[in-house]
Amino acid sequence: MIRFDHVWKRYPNGREAVCDLTLEIGKGEMAFLTGHSGAGKSTLLKLIALIERPSRGTVVVNGQNTATVPRSKIPAFRRQIGIVFQDHKLLMDRPVYDNVGLPLVIAGVPEKEIGKRVRASLDQVGLLGREQNRPIELSTGEQQRVGIARAIIGKPALLIADEPTGNLDPDLAIEIMNIFRRFNEVGVTVVIASHDVHLIDRYRVRRVILEGGRVASGADAMPDLPKLVADRP
Amino acid sequence: MKQWLERHIQTLVGSLGRLWKQPFATLLTVLVIGIALALPACLHVLVQNVRAASGDWGNALDISVYMKPAATLEQARQAEKRIAQRRDVDGVTLVKADDALAEFRKNSGFGEALEALKENPLPHALVVRPAEEFRDPAQVETLTAELRKVEGVDLVQLDTAWVSRFNAILDVVRRVVLLAAGLFALGILVIVGNTIRLDIENRRGEIEVTKLVGGSDAFVRRPFLYNGVWYGLSGGITAGIIVAIVVAVLSDPVQRIAGLYGSQFQLQGVGLVGWLALLLGGALLGWLGSFIVATRELREIEPK
Repeated sequence: MIRFDHVWKRYPNGREAVCDLTLEIGKGEMAFLTGHSGAGKSTLLKLIALIERPSRGTVVVNGQNTATVPRSKIPAFRRQIGIVFQDHKLLMDRPVYDNVGLPLVIAGVPEKEIGKRVRASLDQVGLLGREQNRPIELSTGEQQRVGIARAIIGKPALLIADEPTGNLDPDLAIEIMNIFRRFNEVGVTVVIASHDVHLIDRYRVRRVILEGGRVASGADAMPDLPKLVADRP
Repeated sequence: MKQWLERHIQTLVGSLGRLWKQPFATLLTVLVIGIALALPACLHVLVQNVRAASGDWGNALDISVYMKPAATLEQARQAEKRIAQRRDVDGVTLVKADDALAEFRKNSGFGEALEALKENPLPHALVVRPAEEFRDPAQVETLTAELRKVEGVDLVQLDTAWVSRFNAILDVVRRVVLLAAGLFALGILVIVGNTIRLDIENRRGEIEVTKLVGGSDAFVRRPFLYNGVWYGLSGGITAGIIVAIVVAVLSDPVQRIAGLYGSQFQLQGVGLVGWLALLLGGALLGWLGSFIVATRELREIEPK
């Protein structure tokens, strides 16, 4: 699903966020990206979502070499990926319904179907019935779930999340992680960047540890392990 | 197609609602656009009215040919026939001396004084209208010279100099109107562009989010284009109203002046075509202004 081949990323200010990184994440896999801040977790996700382009090396997402995606095709490329952000990135002045339905509006899906899928999506994150609330009226955890509902409404094969639990207390964090797990169970590839070691320890999932822009451990998949063996809280 | 239309109508109404939420800022922009459109529109209306008031210029090109006082009606008819055959003449009207006197008596107010005359002092006259394609000064000059040579003709009178001058002045004014319209159009582009730029700046976060979840440049641009169209359209309506008010305020005094000159002249407004031009022009300028700015600015905004 995702393949990094000797990828380098140097920012204009000279900082090298990713150096010679090679990594493969298979279809249907779930992986945590961990490491100290500045280790390259966010950059890696940005390279996947084409928010950044690599300075050297190739990134292949869903069978598509990102170098061959022209600027004009980036929107279409992003629509096949669900992205969850630490700060949710919701439209605060629009109701939950508009926020979750936005990717479908962009894709030109008919209004009637949008309504159905928004409700289905909210149902999956346990927020059915909150369509008309504004994000501001929801708790942080609920806002994050709205963000997840928006990320999955397009039924992406790949879901990436950058510190999705960064602002949450432990109970809420587990709740959010469990939602991601459920999507992985139905075949969605999930990549989560997180530095919350205690939280990650609860899940027996592949762990890619980054250090100084390189993979320190976990470069290989662990097919021998059962995909998900987590202690329920 | 239906979905496409549905989307557009939704964006259209949505952008109107957004403008409605900040009525003061919107009103200011619309007023500025309205005034900028109204100024050239007023000038245009002025020129149109002056042209209408000065009447049918065709008459002014007519050449008056006076027969010698001794010339008989028969001779005048002969001359009429000869002149009418000319290629550069469109028509000849014979004004008999008696008719001319009658008309003069009626219109001049000298009726009683004229009664005292024993005989008609007026000669027969011919009114010659040059053909359409022979109306430039040199050709008219030639025609006049030839008319003088016709047997029995005493005097040929042509007074088009003032018409040419007046037309020349009007031409200058019309060009001034065009130039003014061009400048104001440019001004409107700048006003709309700047307003849209601020709009975009205010909604930067929203644009970033939309791009992050896969919104194309065209998608994020669309509401701003509709904003521009709304600004322009409302500006056009405002301009139409301003012109209507100006015309209404001036209408009475102008009619009074016209009345003093014995004219039925009435001040004309912009008319249906004028309204359409204001609305369409406004909408087009609004669209163009926002298109230029939004295309440029939105490219710059990329999610980080």
